Amino acid sequence: MSSEVMARLKKDYIYNLMLKGEREDKRSFDEVRDIQIETNVIDKAEGSAKVQVGQTQLIAGIKLQKGTPFPDSPDEGVIITSMELNPIASPIFEPGPPNENAVEMSRVVDRGIRESGSIDLKKLCIKEGEEVWMVFVDIHVLNDDGNILDAASIGAISALLTTKIPAIGEDNDEIPVPVRELPVAISLVDIEGQLMVDPSLDEETICNTKITIISNQDGSICGMQKSGNGGLTIDQVLEASEIAVKRASEIREKHLLDI
Amino acid sequence: MSDKPDKFIDDDGLRLDGRRFDEIRPMKIEIGVLSRADGSCYLEWGKNKILAAVYGPRTLHPRRKQIPDAALIRYRYNMASFSVEERVRPGPSRRSVEISKVSAEAFEPVVLTKYYPNTVIDVFTEVLQADAGTRTAAINAASLALADAGIPMQCLVSACAVGKVDGKLVLDLNKEEDNFGDADLPVAMTQDGEVTLLQMDGNLTPDELKESLEMLKKGCTEIFEIQKKALYTKFGKDPVLDVDDIDDEDDEGLAQIQVELDDSEGEDVELDEDYLDVDEELEEAVEVIEVEEDPDKKGISNLSDEKEDDSDEQ
Repeated sequence: MSSEVMARLKKDYIYNLMLKGEREDKRSFDEVRDIQIETNVIDKAEGSAKVQVGQTQLIAGIKLQKGTPFPDSPDEGVIITSMELNPIASPIFEPGPPNENAVEMSRVVDRGIRESGSIDLKKLCIKEGEEVWMVFVDIHVLNDDGNILDAASIGAISALLTTKIPAIGEDNDEIPVPVRELPVAISLVDIEGQLMVDPSLDEETICNTKITIISNQDGSICGMQKSGNGGLTIDQVLEASEIAVKRASEIREKHLLDI
Repeated sequence: MSDKPDKFIDDDGLRLDGRRFDEIRPMKIEIGVLSRADGSCYLEWGKNKILAAVYGPRTLHPRRKQIPDAALIRYRYNMASFSVEERVRPGPSRRSVEISKVSAEAFEPVVLTKYYPNTVIDVFTEVLQADAGTRTAAINAASLALADAGIPMQCLVSACAVGKVDGKLVLDLNKEEDNFGDADLPVAMTQDGEVTLLQMDGNLTPDELKESLEMLKKGCTEIFEIQKKALYTKFGKDPVLDVDDIDDEDDEGLAQIQVELDDSEGEDVELDEDYLDVDEELEEAVEVIEVEEDPDKKGISNLSDEKEDDSDEQ
């Protein structure tokens, strides 16, 4: 119950700030928080990245395993993204199998990587119809300060950029995972009609609606997801996509191109 | 799975199933098909066969999940194991968990949950046969099942998808377009064009997104008209009412219900921080419940009766 009272008080506070054109951490409505990416933080993983967005922290780790391909794509590798909202990251996270939020977020991250064609899955084929590389992207959330989804998307692609495919046989060397595209997810929340990019924990908690837009290098959109209990107007969707494409290309240039 | 066709749109501009780019598949609706459920709807859309049922509002267990000032909408999207070519393993999958979540959220903006604190409104949708666009079909069916259960709503929710094949945007994807197309954008909307569900995968340029949303608005309006006709067929006061004539009777039925609810709630329910009217709202809610329990009549038709009483007083 106390959390609901707090949420209502916070809603008043954030709403009143919004009327003055402000946010609680002094950002403008279309400004993202500082992002720090550290790659190769886990030696045992084939690829890894630690991402910090504001105080939100997570590690994306990549493990590669040999497996059999799906019957409808015998010459393609497999990518599986999953996310754990560990109880270490927030007082409201509980141990146990992923809840619907974790499932939704991991599927949105997965959608970005898959639909952008980011990874050349054909290059992950070892023997057609028999053996392919299965790429497991696991997002381990360490601290929830809002907008885990965007951090996870940046983490996943950063970790993939550092991933090496182990050598097979004697005459082969290890090769990097073929990354062709750099999809970046940007989320915006709607607070009483005002869109705010990269929501803080409080903004995310009290918002009516969140919309996530994943875009490619050429400015095209490869994934979207509305979540939360409110609705959006068509104009808001278009405005959100415009902001998201801009912010994504900035993040790509500043953080991802030199990994 | 069949192979990718060479061409999705022929030289006459017709799609594989003979539709134009902005044409939806034929939809068949039957309301009130399950006797145990408080509301139900069977919907066929193309080869999709969907059954939706609503139970509640009823007490929510476990109690810690109860919301003190609103009902929880719990939505279950489930595919029957025999609904597709390759058998689906029964039980929730990651896909169905995600669809269930976003579909529940598609109804949150329109269902007046504040009338039923501490309760749950259970919406169960079963995909009996799947043929592309099952989540939107399920939402269309669920929307009518909610109306059949007499759950107060601001308006119906209508859902449809736009996709891209051969570089061209098409409304309401069929199986081939869904499997081999370049984009899929399922959206649910209210009649006012408020987007309550939106997902996308594939590849769209910002301009295509804009065009898609316009097509979806048109498609959802068309579906809303079909839903409205279905409700009239089931609950219309005149049993011999010709459903084709409904469009002419603008000031009857659902539109009126919506106006009434809007009036009593102020401009926007979500924004309403002022609970001074809560007694009045509760009284209204009690009235609605009593109406529901009347065995001879059912929710929607009574809501419109209620409205007529109001206008008489004015």
